[in-house]
Amino acid sequence: MTALVEIRDIYIDGRSDETWMPIIKGVDLTLNKGEVLGLIGESGAGKSTLGLAAMGFTRDGVRISGGTVTFDGIDLLAASAAKKRELLGKRIAYVAQSAAASFNPAHKLIDQHTEGPVQHGVMSRSESVQDGIELYRRLRLPNPEEIGFRYPHQVSGGQLQRAMTAMAMSCRPDLIIFDEPTTALDVTTQIEVLASIRDIVDQFDTAAIYITHDLAVVAQMADKIKVLLKGDEVEEADTRTMLSAPKEDYTKSLWAVRAFERPQKPAVHTSATPVVSVQNVSAAYGKIPVLHDVSFDIHEGRTVAVVGESGSGKSTTARCITGLLPPSQGVIQFDGQSLPAHYKNRSKDQLRQAQMIYQMADTALNPRQRIGDIIGRPVQFYMGLTGKQKRRRVEELLEEIELPAAQYIDRLPSELSGGQKQRIGIARALAAEPKFIICDEVTSALDQLVAEGILKLLARLQDDLKLSYMFITHDLATVKAIADEVVVMKEGKVVEQGTKHDMFVPPHHPYTDLLLSSVPEMDPDWLTNLLNERGVDNIGDAAVDKMS
Amino acid sequence: MQSVIRIILQRLALGLLTLFVVSIVIFTAVNMLPGDFAEAILGQGATPEAVASIRRDLGLDQPPITRYFQWLGGALQGDLGNSFAQANFASFAGADTGVSTTVAQQIAPRFANTMFLAAVTACIAVPFSLILGILAALYRNSVFDRATNVTTLSSISSPEFFLAYVLILFLAVLNPVLPSLSNIFDGMSFGERLEKTLLPALTLTLVVTAHMMRMTRAAIINLLASPYIEMARLKGMSPMRVIVKHALPNALAPIINVIALNLAYLITGVVVVEVVFVYPGIGQLFVDSVKIRDIPVVQACCLIFAAAYILLNLLADILSILSNPRLRHPK
Repeated sequence: MTALVEIRDIYIDGRSDETWMPIIKGVDLTLNKGEVLGLIGESGAGKSTLGLAAMGFTRDGVRISGGTVTFDGIDLLAASAAKKRELLGKRIAYVAQSAAASFNPAHKLIDQHTEGPVQHGVMSRSESVQDGIELYRRLRLPNPEEIGFRYPHQVSGGQLQRAMTAMAMSCRPDLIIFDEPTTALDVTTQIEVLASIRDIVDQFDTAAIYITHDLAVVAQMADKIKVLLKGDEVEEADTRTMLSAPKEDYTKSLWAVRAFERPQKPAVHTSATPVVSVQNVSAAYGKIPVLHDVSFDIHEGRTVAVVGESGSGKSTTARCITGLLPPSQGVIQFDGQSLPAHYKNRSKDQLRQAQMIYQMADTALNPRQRIGDIIGRPVQFYMGLTGKQKRRRVEELLEEIELPAAQYIDRLPSELSGGQKQRIGIARALAAEPKFIICDEVTSALDQLVAEGILKLLARLQDDLKLSYMFITHDLATVKAIADEVVVMKEGKVVEQGTKHDMFVPPHHPYTDLLLSSVPEMDPDWLTNLLNERGVDNIGDAAVDKMS
Repeated sequence: MQSVIRIILQRLALGLLTLFVVSIVIFTAVNMLPGDFAEAILGQGATPEAVASIRRDLGLDQPPITRYFQWLGGALQGDLGNSFAQANFASFAGADTGVSTTVAQQIAPRFANTMFLAAVTACIAVPFSLILGILAALYRNSVFDRATNVTTLSSISSPEFFLAYVLILFLAVLNPVLPSLSNIFDGMSFGERLEKTLLPALTLTLVVTAHMMRMTRAAIINLLASPYIEMARLKGMSPMRVIVKHALPNALAPIINVIALNLAYLITGVVVVEVVFVYPGIGQLFVDSVKIRDIPVVQACCLIFAAAYILLNLLADILSILSNPRLRHPK
């Protein structure tokens, strides 16, 4: 049997400033008909670049400098642009990471769906519309007859991702490249999309390259796995072998990340005054209510993880605590004292005591300021230090976050890696010498190894400085790693709260149960077992809808 | 749709408010011009009595606030007042013949001519710039793109009268295909009118194309890095289809705004071109009226210019809103 895709010794370069830097350094890849290959690695490993190269496509500023790509006997690198356009969409399709960004906002879903078949001359428009509805039905989209006639912004993220899979299927291609298709989704939504994708790829016997950084996800989807590190192949093996017996140290380290877990701290005295007490807080954006009677306490030296899906009100709660969004009802207490609702009415000291670390370190740091200035600003503003004292304090803070001061103090944020930027965010929060820090999804944009480093750093700082954390996250592995107590939120309400120990041991609220059971596990049979156990109609959004 | 109608009504109300504020500005500015109609028409040797008499006749002796509200009240009822210059000064001589020209009568034909010229120019310039912009985006950084950029930029950078004379030289003198004088008048057939208007329209096209073409090009190129454009490419769509079908609909808002600004310019700012081609538009009338301090005409012209700007921008706003499916089809 000849392979469907053959990539031989491919070299791909990316341009940075005026020089070409290697992204992929001599990787081979073979994919047979109907086979699913998982491509995993951290960001910057070259997964997407390699995936796109399998389509004979490179992004602007990227070039293929050596090797061959053969698709079904056709040399894609030698093929003319017109010849490649004939294959793309028709025989090779692509499913992008963010369906919300990859659907054209100006056209209805069905028009985008039929574009491929009509332009490639595979089907007439009306045939393709019928086929689209059938695909939507197979992918278990709600209202398959009608959903295609909506615009992308009228459809939820998980549904869009399935509509995009349907679009990729529209010409019945031989190969689909899935580029992190569930990374931007909530766990309960992700599981539904995973199940749909796996089903349809099976049904049509489509070959696929599944790109992801999530090992547990790839374990469910792929027949074989290839691990990439900085543009080099680390190893490749079939999924079960790879999971049970990884050969290389790097693969083993990836596997081990999920093991980090902090012991839970003993319960707090019931009489102790909490550092932060959120009491019966309700809040609204304009007329739209988003929080309903939210109450929880955060004690000294403890971490409270606030868990929930997007739109559940986690970040809004943080905005109420910081005074950015005054609550419509209820109060926020700090050390037993009620805080003014609006941050403008709070004293400098009240402001100093509560700091924030953000999800996107990239956008939370001023790109035109040097590290010394970014951290120096709160040092000067809150602590009143200037000149040499200020610089010394900044140096101390940099040492605290494990970055050598002399080397980093004069750099710009663009000269740091993602994890280092997040560390600067932490140092900036520490500069105010707060008692309480809100960490808003601080690790969700980071690779697992880097995220683990950040979590360990936060844990050590908590022990050293007696900090209290409110840890907003949707990732239950992170909760397991760092939380003492957990608050589960859904649609602006607290559905369950308790210690971490209670949370991970049944019985619990059905929603918590659903959240927990939706987190993919490393077992390749996990998704199959779960579907058998629950049935396709009791996972994901469908299950969430049943609850409310 | 509800929300769109509300937004449009809001914009309309805001437009009217702006127009009101502009009317105050116009009135104040015109009154700050040194000298008045009486002094201008009677010359340096005028006796104070004669000047005072004309002022009294025209109501110029009233306090400015009274005059403003008289003017505004009239304008609201569609009466823009009487032209000073065309007024019959019989009353000054002791007898009232009752014949005088209203501002509306004086402006109407001129304004119609200006609108005709603007419309002809728009019909040529807008499609031309859009197509050039799309092609420049499609073949970006090619020789064609650069040539288009250089040509349109040089034409926008040259003085209008220079462009006008160059066109006259090539199209009227060396190859006499078009008339160099655009003296249009009532009773001309549409074809004749069009022929006479073509040369000024072409000159104005050269003036406004660069702006619209460059915005079209920039707005499209700005979107080419979007994930949905990459998606369209990965679906095997041709470069032309990617740009026209996938990029352009999302680039409309900024393009529409620039088109509106340029159309407003065509209505309000074409004095030089009118003078060169002796085209009887509103621009010439305006300049003449300022010279002789014919205040009602000046004010009426200003008000028309302001209304044109406000209306066209309002229209652009509304079209931009309608080009956005998020607003057309809320969740």
